[in-house]
Amino acid sequence: MKTAGYYKTKKAILNLFIHLFLISVAITCLLPLFWMVSSSLKTQETIFSDMSLIPKELHFANYILAWKEGGFGRYFLNSLFYTASVVVAIIFVASLAAYAFSRFRFPGKNILFFMFMAAMMIPIPGSFVPLYVLLSKLHLRDTALGYILCMVNVGLSTSIFLLKTFFDKLPRELEDAARIDGCSKFGIWWHMALPLAKPVLAVVVIFNALNVWNEYVLALIIFDNKNLMPLQRALMVFQGEFLTQYPLLMAGLTITALPIIIVYLLMQKYIVKGVTSGALFG
Amino acid sequence: MRLKSTLENYLFVSPAALIFLIFYIIPFIWVFQLGMYEWDGILPTKVFVGMGNFKEIIFEDKIWWNSMLNAGYITLIALTLQNALAFLLAWACDREIRMKNFYRLVFFIPPVLSEVVVGLVWQWILDGNYGLLNHWLIQLGLGNLARNWLSDPSSALTTVAIVHSWKGFGWGFLIFLAGLQTIPHELYEAARVDGANAWHCFRKITLPLMVPVAVLVGILTVLGTMQAFILIIAMTDGGPAYHTQVPVLRILASMRGSSRFGYACAQGISFGLILVVISFIQYRFSNKARQA
Repeated sequence: MKTAGYYKTKKAILNLFIHLFLISVAITCLLPLFWMVSSSLKTQETIFSDMSLIPKELHFANYILAWKEGGFGRYFLNSLFYTASVVVAIIFVASLAAYAFSRFRFPGKNILFFMFMAAMMIPIPGSFVPLYVLLSKLHLRDTALGYILCMVNVGLSTSIFLLKTFFDKLPRELEDAARIDGCSKFGIWWHMALPLAKPVLAVVVIFNALNVWNEYVLALIIFDNKNLMPLQRALMVFQGEFLTQYPLLMAGLTITALPIIIVYLLMQKYIVKGVTSGALFG
Repeated sequence: MRLKSTLENYLFVSPAALIFLIFYIIPFIWVFQLGMYEWDGILPTKVFVGMGNFKEIIFEDKIWWNSMLNAGYITLIALTLQNALAFLLAWACDREIRMKNFYRLVFFIPPVLSEVVVGLVWQWILDGNYGLLNHWLIQLGLGNLARNWLSDPSSALTTVAIVHSWKGFGWGFLIFLAGLQTIPHELYEAARVDGANAWHCFRKITLPLMVPVAVLVGILTVLGTMQAFILIIAMTDGGPAYHTQVPVLRILASMRGSSRFGYACAQGISFGLILVVISFIQYRFSNKARQA
């Protein structure tokens, strides 16, 4: 006869294994980052011999070296500029379009919206090839504007989708009242729709910021000028040039990854919401 | 009046429509056009070859099909190991209330990092001579397992696949967790009252309700993993000896290496078609599974 104690022990052992399982996976998630930072604080002399997780001497000078001589200060500012520009542009372009898709009627609206949605779901492998040709023709290759416009396009469909879904759920009474009071369409969009959309805009901002900061391919084919390169591209160039300077490379990687991690920790709620709502809808 | 109102409406969508037209529609059309030409991207003259590029891809380009197999292998690992892990973790977190938020936070850190960062950090950890992994293997007395993970042709692809799964399981985890949490607890309670044990609950309640979510994760995994390439650029750049080549990397090589823009577009179209077919098959298969 199996006693209550038997089941309790069985459950306790199972819980223990589950905890061990979860903890070990969590460790494998964090350990590489830890090693990255740890390596960045070692010197070129000790990096190949010192295998300790926490180095005895913390060589913070690597970061100054990476920032100045390594050029990562410049690349960081580039990434920041591109990310900010794209995010601001998308907020305006996508919310204008999403609001129109949600509230207005005009010929071709459904076809246009369908195309945006289709673009989101149909991947075109190698789309960077004709994009390269296009940018060459527009003389936008190796320019910040070219990169920014491309990245705006990349994030457009998803952002419009998120915003339109939100606007659809927004009750129209406030807007109707405003329109009766003589407010223009733009006025309603600017003074009412946008402020109310703050939670969705947060998701849009974060998704696009993450995408632009982490982007590599378009930067690869667009930029030849090192001074314009964002961090991800610059990291690969750096690695190619300074093959064995691991402490510096790790410092550069940390400089690149740290902002993302900070933003993620602060805004994790929105990221999770965006992923699960988008996925569960699809 | 109506005209003015309609024009205003168009004004709202015009920035988006314009950018979309220039940076998506036009390149989309060009991909199909260019696929039928031989062009180096610089000379003003293109040579029309019709289906020549496609014939070459199908019949002559062994590296292309090899890269497709490699991508398929990585995708297989992702579909099995990565998603099984994601599901197990989601199931574990669904029952375990206390540290759930902590784990959810940590498990999604790898997906949030860029492929370049992940690739370069892991390349350092996996270094044959000075990497952390080999160091620990030797310390643990498992030195015979230590190897040149990324430069040994027999281990390179699997290593890359595992790192890719490391980076990717967080997505599946989040989606599975969200799916698990939509299952109402009353179902489990009612089943318990009727005498069901944990395994019955899992088989009759959890599993059937999770099939749609699993299908979604499956399709997303296939589409995403087949097109993966940046992580590979950062870790091995397609080596050693083409052992970690993947399709998108081949397209890049056709464009930047061989300067064959038309051929690159043809490769892109072929790959896109294959992805569409695979997704379609997955979708149909999943419908059949749902009815079962």
